[in-house]
Amino acid sequence: MIAKLLRLQPRHSLSTDEARSAPLAIEGLSVAYHHKPVVWDLSFVAPAQGLVAVVGPNGAGKSTFIKAALGLIPKLSGEITVYGKSVASQRHLIGYVPQRGSVDWDFPASALDVVTMGLYGKIGWLRPVRKAHRATAMGYLEQVGMADFADRQIGQLSGGQQQRVFLARALAQDAALYFMDEPFVGVDAATERAIVNVLKDLKDQGKTVICVHHDLQSAPDYFDHALILNIRPVASGPMAETFTAENLQHAYGGRLAPSELSGLIPLAGQ
Amino acid sequence: MDLPLADFLQIDLPALLVAVLAGLCCGLPGNFLVLRRQSLIGDAMSHVVLPGIVVGYLLSGTLDTLPMLLGALSAALISAVLIEGIKRLGKIEAGAAMGVVFTSMFALGVLILEQTGASGVHLDVEHALYGNLESTLWLGLNNWQDLVSPSGLEQMPNSLQRLLGVCLLVILLTVAFFKELKISTFDPEMASSLGFSARLISIGLVIITALSAVAAFDAVGSILVIAMFICPAATARMWTDCLSRQLWLSAFFATLSGITGYLVAAFGPLLLGADFALNAAGMIAVIACVFQGISMIFAPDHGKLGRVLKQRHALKMKQNLP
Repeated sequence: MIAKLLRLQPRHSLSTDEARSAPLAIEGLSVAYHHKPVVWDLSFVAPAQGLVAVVGPNGAGKSTFIKAALGLIPKLSGEITVYGKSVASQRHLIGYVPQRGSVDWDFPASALDVVTMGLYGKIGWLRPVRKAHRATAMGYLEQVGMADFADRQIGQLSGGQQQRVFLARALAQDAALYFMDEPFVGVDAATERAIVNVLKDLKDQGKTVICVHHDLQSAPDYFDHALILNIRPVASGPMAETFTAENLQHAYGGRLAPSELSGLIPLAGQ
Repeated sequence: MDLPLADFLQIDLPALLVAVLAGLCCGLPGNFLVLRRQSLIGDAMSHVVLPGIVVGYLLSGTLDTLPMLLGALSAALISAVLIEGIKRLGKIEAGAAMGVVFTSMFALGVLILEQTGASGVHLDVEHALYGNLESTLWLGLNNWQDLVSPSGLEQMPNSLQRLLGVCLLVILLTVAFFKELKISTFDPEMASSLGFSARLISIGLVIITALSAVAAFDAVGSILVIAMFICPAATARMWTDCLSRQLWLSAFFATLSGITGYLVAAFGPLLLGADFALNAAGMIAVIACVFQGISMIFAPDHGKLGRVLKQRHALKMKQNLP
């Protein structure tokens, strides 16, 4: 199998077996908007089962990293593989929760409609949505506690409810590798708990979640791996080794107040 | 009022059919254009066809419709590419890019028209604006049976045939690609990440828009084309929060505007005792706007009246609380 892969991709530079079978393996990824580098020379291998927090200051290239990994924006250089193959050929294994602000919530669709969209990849081109699909989608809405809002137009949901609809849609994709772009931003406590539970479930099912996360305080509680980014990668690996005050100060250019790091200091000593 | 059946079948029926079909083939894609905030593209398409028609005429040297329609379609596609290119290279928003392209293409059309003397022929500004709905005649129809007889069908006006073909194609594609259009309009990134290339679907939509605009332009003129791309969709949006229902409603409003507008234009003045008829394309566009206005006020959830009443009700409930 590996020999076949090597034959098919002779220029493959990801050398270890681990990287080749990893949910996500990135080698030397660079992305630039015009002349400005947004992500520079990023190499990263995601763990086979786990929750990865992507942290870094504003403009550190966190969302860009996710979009480039999904193949949504062109990259300057670098290689990206998902379970050893190109992103395009592994789309069925990838789930995505975009930023909530990236869509028009006035769109004429119900919560159930949006969750059903998570099944479109499986349904395929030109095939219509059937009753069975909607029933499946309903199950995912129930899983995030939103069954009562299935018929509600999405614009009439609260921010937290909208985020849960997005989460249910990602679950409907039934992927192995998930990308989430700031799912915790602007949500209520109930939604935060719902998202945390979903993340735990996904991890227990052996899946990998790569999640842009803003809140440094909660990151060590919710995630077990971290990728610290400030255009260039600062550090990545298990939370305990990576999420140190030193790495974070480095990523944030020394702008973090001691109080923001207070919860993290004990971790650094481990 | 005495109305011989043959007159109705030969003069009014084809005009009604053209009006309704033009409304449908612009109105259906219009739903997605309005939701993508690209309504202007219908406007752009209906203007850029002018240079295409002129060049088609000059190249072929005949007044045949086919070369002119091919020219129009090419012009529409070229301008779609230009709009996309200017958006990317010039880093300006879509509306501005469309504005640049359609005004300059239309101006180019006028220049070529004036310079080459093609202006004297059949192409005049009035025709471009209002079309020639009233002069669409279906000769050979004397009773209803002729509608299904081979000899009757043979004499179906060309513009009606074209619109019928394009309309069926538009309906077919809208139904076939409903799911793809829906997800790529709502969440293009998600669509692309699932393998439904948002760019490909968007190009397809622009091509269909161009085709509809060209097919309808000749018969009903640019004003009605623009109105039909926007009004039925925007009106339908006021009455429902479900996309498939919105499509049905937009088809309903397009049909209703076409029929009502034509009948009012053709027979309204007569009923009032006046001895003239109004311009049908103009009247249909006005009627479509009237529907939009009524919906903005009276639609249950999205109408102004409904919202005000709901707020009043909420206020009353609050006052009644101890």
